[in-house]
Amino acid sequence: MKGLSNSVCIVGVDESDAIGVLPNTSQLALHLEAISNAVRDAGLQVSDVDGIFTAGQHSPALLGEALGLTPRYVDGTSVGGCSFMIMVEHAMLALHHGLCDVAVISHGESGRSGVGVTRGRDASLSGQFETPFGFGGAPTYFGLITTRHMHDYGTTLEQWAQVAVSTRAWAGLNPKAMYRDPLTVAEVLNSRPICYPFNILNICLVTDAGGAVVLTRADRAKDCAKKPVYVRGTGEGTEHVMVTQMKGLPLSEATRVSGKRAFEMAGVEPGDFDHVMLYDAFTSGPPIMLESLGMCEPGEGVTFFEAGRSTPGGSLPINTNGGGLSYTHSGMYGIFPILEATRQLRGECGARQVPNASLSLVNGMGGMLSAAGTLVLSNVA
Amino acid sequence: MELERPLPAPITPETRPFWDGLKEGKLLLPRCDDTGQAFFYPRAVSPFTHSRNISWIEASGKGTLYSFEILHRPFVREVKTPLPYVLAMVQLEEGARMLSNLINVEPDPQVIRCDMPVEVVFHKLNDDVTLPLFQPAS
Repeated sequence: MKGLSNSVCIVGVDESDAIGVLPNTSQLALHLEAISNAVRDAGLQVSDVDGIFTAGQHSPALLGEALGLTPRYVDGTSVGGCSFMIMVEHAMLALHHGLCDVAVISHGESGRSGVGVTRGRDASLSGQFETPFGFGGAPTYFGLITTRHMHDYGTTLEQWAQVAVSTRAWAGLNPKAMYRDPLTVAEVLNSRPICYPFNILNICLVTDAGGAVVLTRADRAKDCAKKPVYVRGTGEGTEHVMVTQMKGLPLSEATRVSGKRAFEMAGVEPGDFDHVMLYDAFTSGPPIMLESLGMCEPGEGVTFFEAGRSTPGGSLPINTNGGGLSYTHSGMYGIFPILEATRQLRGECGARQVPNASLSLVNGMGGMLSAAGTLVLSNVA
Repeated sequence: MELERPLPAPITPETRPFWDGLKEGKLLLPRCDDTGQAFFYPRAVSPFTHSRNISWIEASGKGTLYSFEILHRPFVREVKTPLPYVLAMVQLEEGARMLSNLINVEPDPQVIRCDMPVEVVFHKLNDDVTLPLFQPAS
């Protein structure tokens, strides 16, 4: 495992040409824009790409076809929004063993406008045991995890709201974020109830967006356009699909497993990070992830989001792009935390730059903390 | 007649006994005969030993509310239950968890508590399908 650490680098990242509400851009176009932009960011050509990784409705074969490529390595692992984080690990293995030389991980989702989207998927178990009772849509599942967390640890609606407030403060510094006006705890608590314990401001945006990440082996990365970002550690895990099967609810076993390997591979401790990106589909997600990762004791995750810690200028900045809560969330958000961590480690983030950021934790979930992907990224080998 | 909820679908051979039991007013659970442990949802192999030694037991219908939500906007429009209503995760006495609704209760987080005792209510949708709903235990 130590041989994998720092063996590959992220050399290119970018969004699609635009993100937000894009009624005139197809899902496939979001992919193709993101890939071409990220490859340009790396100083490479699309024709250099020989490994394609994607999750969602479009197969890696379709992306290859649309780009006129014949990839020699493809991966379509689809375990939810963290699939793109997991694919960094998969790409690392393929690159390390020479099965491909330039890997691109791509996300494109017309989650809001539904342009070029096909509905419908296998829902056998959900259709029997969840839908008839009114369960459907992420808030109706993640709320169960959140309510139980409040019962077990005494966490409060005010504490969850603080996550939204902190994240919005960062969004205010990101020109690409959809919502940038400052937010207060009271505004979150008084926003429209959706599914207790969630009001609308506890829940992520629904947008159209693409994003892509380009990786290559560390020796070749030095020749790329930007400062390489080393993949120092990776982890992944899955536990369940149906929330009833989440044994340690409200804590996530998939996240624990994923984080453990990533930290071991990287040779880091929870206290070593100076920047953190967590998949925030809901305000309760990031604190529960921090607890599941062992960054703190169960029930203490919310304390990370107090002013002066996660917030701009704070001691441990979290979700500095404005997150799924305020920047963008197309559906499978997991590519975007990787973009932001890379940009922070390159020092490209302008007003929201974390001074001297050198070690970034990226962690995401698929489904309802069902799957997890963890990355430890650094700008030094 | 328009149904008040979507029918459970698609029912598969390994889940059929569960739905058939409900029609007769019985909450049946698959049990791993190797360990004696009940589980849910029904599946082809025991999640504990991965053997095919599975039989069906009748559950007491009693359990606790493991977690809940109060729904203020519909995510499944075919469910016609007036809003707000309560989405529930029930921990059955036999050890398995299932999703359902908590009924005959004020949809208020000050009233509903995790771990409160609940009991099954058989809710007939049509001649073929009965759903297991739950209410606060009497």
